Amino acid sequence: MMLPYAWLIAALPLLASLAVMFFGRRFKNGGDFIGIAAIAVSFVLSLLVFGQLAGGAEPYRFTFTWLNLGGVQVQNGIAVDNLTAIMLVVVTLVSMLVQIYSRGYMHGDVRYTRYYATLSFFTFSMLTLVLADNLLLLYIGWELVGLSSYLLIGHWFENPGPRYASMKAFITTRIGDVGLFIGIIILYLTTGAFGFPEVAAGVAAGKISGTLLTIAAILVFSGAVGKSAQFPLHVWLPDAMEGPTPVSALIHAATMVAAGVYLVARSYGIFAGSPTALGVVAWIGTITAVIAALIATLASDLKKVLAYSTISQLGYMMVGLGVGGYTAGVFHLTTHAFFKALLFLGSGSVIHALHTQEMHEMGGLVKKMPVTAWTFIIGTAALAGIPPFAGFWSKDEILLSAYHYNPIIFGLTVFVAFLTAYYMTRAVILTFFGKPRDHHKYEHAHESPANMTGPLVVLAILAVVAGFPGSPLMGNWFGKFIHFGEFEAEAAVPSVMAMAIGAALLGILVGYVIYGTRLVDRRKAIAATKPVYTFLKHKMYFDELYAYTVIGGTQVLATIAGWVDKNVVDGIVNAVGWLGAQIGNISGWFDLTAVDGAVNGVAAVVSGAGRRLRKWQTGYVQSYALTFFATVIIGVIIYELIGG
Amino acid sequence: MSLPILTLIVFVPLLGSLLIMFVPREKDKAIKQIALVATLVSAALVAYLWTQFRYGVAGMQFTERASWIPSLGVQYLMGIDGISLSLLILTGLLTVLAALASWNINHRSKEYFALFLLLTTGMYGVFVALDYVLFYVFWELVLVPMFFLIGIWGGPRREYAAMKFFIYTLTGSVLMLVGILAIYFQSGLGTFDMLALAQHHYPVTWQWWIFLLLFLGFAVKVPVFPFHTWLPDAHVEAPTAISVLLAGVLLKMGTYAFFRIALPTLPDAARAWAPIFAVLGLINIVYGALVAMAQQDLKKMVAYSSINHMGYVMLGLAAAMAAGPGNALAAKLAITGAAYQMFAHGLSSGMLFLMVGVVYDRTHTRDMNKLSGLYLTFPVWATFMAFGAFASLGLPGLSGFVAEFFVLLGAFPIFKVFVILATAGLVFTAAFYLMMMRRVLMGQKKPEYDKMPDANPRELTTLVPLTIMIIIFGVAPSILVNMMNPALVQLVAKLGGM
Repeated sequence: MMLPYAWLIAALPLLASLAVMFFGRRFKNGGDFIGIAAIAVSFVLSLLVFGQLAGGAEPYRFTFTWLNLGGVQVQNGIAVDNLTAIMLVVVTLVSMLVQIYSRGYMHGDVRYTRYYATLSFFTFSMLTLVLADNLLLLYIGWELVGLSSYLLIGHWFENPGPRYASMKAFITTRIGDVGLFIGIIILYLTTGAFGFPEVAAGVAAGKISGTLLTIAAILVFSGAVGKSAQFPLHVWLPDAMEGPTPVSALIHAATMVAAGVYLVARSYGIFAGSPTALGVVAWIGTITAVIAALIATLASDLKKVLAYSTISQLGYMMVGLGVGGYTAGVFHLTTHAFFKALLFLGSGSVIHALHTQEMHEMGGLVKKMPVTAWTFIIGTAALAGIPPFAGFWSKDEILLSAYHYNPIIFGLTVFVAFLTAYYMTRAVILTFFGKPRDHHKYEHAHESPANMTGPLVVLAILAVVAGFPGSPLMGNWFGKFIHFGEFEAEAAVPSVMAMAIGAALLGILVGYVIYGTRLVDRRKAIAATKPVYTFLKHKMYFDELYAYTVIGGTQVLATIAGWVDKNVVDGIVNAVGWLGAQIGNISGWFDLTAVDGAVNGVAAVVSGAGRRLRKWQTGYVQSYALTFFATVIIGVIIYELIGG
Repeated sequence: MSLPILTLIVFVPLLGSLLIMFVPREKDKAIKQIALVATLVSAALVAYLWTQFRYGVAGMQFTERASWIPSLGVQYLMGIDGISLSLLILTGLLTVLAALASWNINHRSKEYFALFLLLTTGMYGVFVALDYVLFYVFWELVLVPMFFLIGIWGGPRREYAAMKFFIYTLTGSVLMLVGILAIYFQSGLGTFDMLALAQHHYPVTWQWWIFLLLFLGFAVKVPVFPFHTWLPDAHVEAPTAISVLLAGVLLKMGTYAFFRIALPTLPDAARAWAPIFAVLGLINIVYGALVAMAQQDLKKMVAYSSINHMGYVMLGLAAAMAAGPGNALAAKLAITGAAYQMFAHGLSSGMLFLMVGVVYDRTHTRDMNKLSGLYLTFPVWATFMAFGAFASLGLPGLSGFVAEFFVLLGAFPIFKVFVILATAGLVFTAAFYLMMMRRVLMGQKKPEYDKMPDANPRELTTLVPLTIMIIIFGVAPSILVNMMNPALVQLVAKLGGM
């Protein structure tokens, strides 16, 4: 049995992280091989664990008493079930590929060792989150991935972009985390446990129900909103692109941002008790998917297109979970991890070659970078939902679930499918086709080394085949492996599938017509749609809105608090002191010669009282005896007055 | 008990202090070595005490009792339970580290270290004394060396800060003394034995007024809003090691006194006072974080973060005080969090003040506008600084999180709205630490600090133990919780929770 050793999967990257941090610099390549070797072993272990569960092994759980508070025990532990096994494979595989890729991409970086140490630490945190059998340990992993994300976004901290982006990411997600925090508290106080099965059992037994359950579920979801960059907390993810591109692939596309989706899936037993909460999940997902896809259509930075695409697709996953398509949501998480990591690493390959992220400085690269271009196109096909690529199968399942749930959500998700195909076609054409728009950059462009293209090829293969386990071609194997409650295969609705394919093809066609041909004059189109264009180009003004309300408000509040503390609270203290000194002055006890104005009143206290104190210094023992005696007398008086 | 171990712990530093007085002032090195050895011996004795401590026992252990002033019923009475032991461990650790951090004191080092050891005796004494008179003597003993340590070895405004600290805390302790004497007379037991006096039942209204006196005395020390403004001034002016002890140990004297005196002795008043505690705790948390955000001075920011953190202790205490029989579970969680926070804050604030001292020694500024790119200038220092900041902002996996989590968890059923408002403090705390890191650690390095050395081995010796302990007590809280739990359960029972 492999399952009892599952903890090793998380422990190895932690050890690797420490080893790289402390000893990495002694080695030629900054100790990067330590991280890669550890994650490779973790990946093999994950495959073994996955194989055993797929082979029908019972899920494994290990718990121990973390705290004993006299009658109250807090349990902690890890669990490996089918959902965990899938996540373990996804996380370790993408981590491994990203670490290999980084050898090329980050070659010669000033903080290469720190980068590798943090990358391994991230993997450890993410695996802890995935292995946790309870909300508390999940929350610990949850915050630690946030820390890793913060450190990696800020990797190039000399520059203002990463400095602000890293802070924005941490604080924005923490706002969501506070909700999760309170949600965990409510669930613990009502069900008496942190463990997922125990909490779900408590919900099923009615220990928490009605409005309170809905509130708790929505609070848990608010953590997911922060982490998975859902509306209205999505603003941090596009800025997070300031980090190195492999980090964007691993953390901000494939794994960490999917943690919110994982959280909802993992605590589905809580959500299942509240249709309202699931409705909130579905609607937030829909709104996010639409908003982000719209903004992506006008982004000029290749990574920003992918970032908004990620937000949009995470919204898709939320829709899947919200409308009751548990399997569909998790399935899309899995396929998306592969093809979005592929797209990000592909964009990284382009950035590595051109040293720019702006698509208007690219063009025609397919000739110079064929591997990058064709793997990127495969990723695009998967994301756009073209059969038989991976994204088609998972997206189709989500659309199917939405179709049975609510026509508006269904319509909007089909619209997003159209937009997705459109903006990706636009990105592919602007980057890889047409004439080079920056000849100097184009001349210097070259295909990336094998340690970068290798991972691209592996992920491209997965972008083709990863959808099959969830397709009728393999008898909906994925659905049998991952399901909530009893497994029931949903009958395919041909019209839904037709609409999905139609939307994708239409998106590609429109994208091609606008960017691949000269049929449309883009300047005229922009002029005709000026207000909409400006609105989307400014990312719907979310950053401006938050800057003037929440951020500005907090700063004003802090300034006021600082002023009040200095001038009012401390002012009163000083005034009392000043008054005391004045009384002393009038009584002739002190010889104050340096009093001029209110400011010097303070000085008066100091020097006046200081003088008195100096007298005390000479014999403070006696003075103390005196004070003690005096207070005894006061005590007796008080005793007489109130004690009777 | 043959070995008077508590007496040894308390008075070995005093012995060291006396010894230093006989060493010629030129022998600077010898003076420092005596101070370090004295703190080390006490710390080692605390470690030994820890090994001998019986877990699962609620009452006092290692009790030492001798008659002192029989006519008044004053005794030399010492003893510890899990709560005091946790603070002895903290004191042991921080005094050793503070002695090391004082190594670069060259101005009148003889007086400095003599006073330093006197302060150490006072701090240990407060946490072991079980007789009110003895307690008061130690309480005041802390005050006097502190006054001189700030007033002589402090920054430019040291006299103002020292006076403010002295007058403020002296006023507080006089009120406390009045309260203690009132308890003594009211009980009519003719003893100053804290435990015996806590067994007595006092009239409810009377309790309320005495609680007020004790509250004022302790609140100044914690410090509780609005009695906190001495703290930033004292910190900014105090030398590094003294700041470490001030934040790490001295503030805990205030909260410890609530645990040891106010709550068990006046349980009925505690119930009535709970909402006030909760409000003040909330103000400390949110207002403290906001004011910290407004600071330009690095040390002042850390000082205000202490006010924020001590708010959690207040909120946890408030929940335990208000809980009553129906909420015993919540009370246990909250008071465990409060006690844990005292320890956790000792570690993280101690670390941060050490960090600020290290950078000030080199750059001679604490103005965050003048510091930038320190990740590049002092990479090792900056890494520890970032660690300390994350420890302080309550990153899970580190000790502060455990405390904040249990305080908010336990307080939630009792003060729902307050807890929800307090979580705003979690965001604000993260915000001001991240803003600090963005300005001070990140960015381009300043050429004027370029040639300056990174943290040296002596400084690392002070930082590494704290780092390790912050992680250990973040991952395995049972080490501390098991130690404190029986005493806390007993206190909850005393407060009316079964």
